[in-house]
Amino acid sequence: MAGSTPASLSAEAPRVAAAAPRKSRPVTPAREAWRRFRRHRLAVASGVVLLVMFAAVALGPLIWPVPINEIDFTAKLQGPSWAHPLGTDDLGQDLLARLLYGGRISLAVGLAAMFVAVFVGVLVGALAGMSSGRMDAILMWLTDLFLSLPQLPLLLLVIYLFRDTMKGIFGVEGGAFILIVIVIGGLRWMPVARLVRAQFLSLREKEFVEAARALGASKTRQVVQHILPNALGPVIVAGTIDVAAAIIAESTLSFLGLGFPSDVPTWGSVLRDAKDYLDIAPHWALFPGAAIFLAVLAINFIGDGLRDALDPRRVL
Amino acid sequence: MVRAVDGVDLHIDRGETLGVVGESGCGKTVTARSVLKLIDMPPGRFEDGKILWQGRDLIPLDQAEMNKIRAKEIAIIFQEPMTSLNPVYTVGDQIAEVIELHQKMSRKQALVAAAEMLRLVNIPNPQRRLDDYPHQFSGGMRQRVMIAMAMSCQPKLLIADEPTTALDVTIQAQILELMQEMKDKLGMAIMLITHAMGVVAETCQRVTVMYAGKVVEEAPVEALFGNPRHPYTQGLIRSIPRVDRAAEKKQRLEAIAGTVPSLLDPPPGCRFASRCKYAKEICTRAMPPLKEVGPGHFVRCVL
Repeated sequence: MAGSTPASLSAEAPRVAAAAPRKSRPVTPAREAWRRFRRHRLAVASGVVLLVMFAAVALGPLIWPVPINEIDFTAKLQGPSWAHPLGTDDLGQDLLARLLYGGRISLAVGLAAMFVAVFVGVLVGALAGMSSGRMDAILMWLTDLFLSLPQLPLLLLVIYLFRDTMKGIFGVEGGAFILIVIVIGGLRWMPVARLVRAQFLSLREKEFVEAARALGASKTRQVVQHILPNALGPVIVAGTIDVAAAIIAESTLSFLGLGFPSDVPTWGSVLRDAKDYLDIAPHWALFPGAAIFLAVLAINFIGDGLRDALDPRRVL
Repeated sequence: MVRAVDGVDLHIDRGETLGVVGESGCGKTVTARSVLKLIDMPPGRFEDGKILWQGRDLIPLDQAEMNKIRAKEIAIIFQEPMTSLNPVYTVGDQIAEVIELHQKMSRKQALVAAAEMLRLVNIPNPQRRLDDYPHQFSGGMRQRVMIAMAMSCQPKLLIADEPTTALDVTIQAQILELMQEMKDKLGMAIMLITHAMGVVAETCQRVTVMYAGKVVEEAPVEALFGNPRHPYTQGLIRSIPRVDRAAEKKQRLEAIAGTVPSLLDPPPGCRFASRCKYAKEICTRAMPPLKEVGPGHFVRCVL
């Protein structure tokens, strides 16, 4: 070693010099991930789009202080104009104000339902993947059972049954929000659970997990530190798809009149109201539809970019 | 049920290097993993016997107690350096994790210690390499990192399960030399599992030859190479290609005919009998006992 160390040091010297500017700013994993994320142009553009959307729904009602439920029959079903940039609906209500307000609900439902789905899915999948035998079988039966249930009728049934109870506890909007998030999230965890289980089954046999075990890592530590981070790529992608699916599911519920109360505008409920006027006022359906489309697309691209950025093996 | 390892008695003294040799499937790896109780249980189980570590039996210990011994007292490195490191963490994080786990240190101190370990295993520019991911290292470098991880808590025994098998020859020599160096510096014992007789001759003081889950010969390294008593050991040694002899007269490299018998239903007598060219009728009847044929030289053969 005494012989080899100086030799290798001198061999390294030019490289060190060349890397000097890089060395002044150490490459942390987070910075590296950010650098990789920036390489994914669509993801960055989508991130900007999504940020603009978040800012718009958060700050929009302050900048565009038009009430969402001001009825004005003299201005009903108008196309975009300076007074109403996105036009009005059949009651003369300003669509921009309604979409800005509804976006809060739609995006919040989408993200919250995704977290519920990913959380339950990872939990079930990890438990099934780590435990072999009976526990695994039971959990997978449960997953298959949920997968085989017809989603929409079940969604409607659960909401129909529990709507009034939840309203009583959390109020009209809060109750609807929590119920919808739980129901949508609770019916979308199965693909995540299967993904995670499959990943766990192969990862837990990997040498690095055994190496961690041999070096004294407890079971929890093996799972949380070594297996889970390696299983995360597909979960992130599945999660972003879930956000999109949840926004659409909420739209469906609103469309069928079982989402939020009918006077609360969400992107889905605005779309539902617009369907009868497609021929006279296409702008009414176009804008909420475009909002859903844009949000879903942006989130999917971001998921794509995140997966690439968080996998250090991928050369970018 | 398969008795993958059956009545194997091994002992390692402080600062000693013990070689465990044998062909694939003879129970070397199972033996090594059993010592740290890394065998999945169930389906695996200990039928009988003891694992004595400094006079204390490890078999009754639970996982939490084992975790205190792993890495801190007994460490193990595996055959596959390419997959033994977690691909999503930097090398520094992984070494620091082990250090944090066993020694009361902050992350910062652990990272400093990790850099020191990398320097110790001759990785150039260790401070910067800490932030690199495993895929940015070559196979030999990764095995060095594995050794650094295993050594980071100064264990008293290092179990090396075919540490050089997946590496090319020059890197093999470097890794063996490195292990020797680390052993001299830190004064630990090494249990080196391998199927390369050359590696054994170079690094070990004592050798145990295993065949089909049994110890067939155990001897100091000079005695084993100078006077191999068991036909299997003789076969192993003869099957090493020798440059000097090949040049003199062209001859085929000797091989041991046949394969290891199935351990599902092992033959009653000597397990090597079916492949042994000296086998007699007595060999197939009863398992011969291990008998001493020289100082510290034991052999399980009736001949």
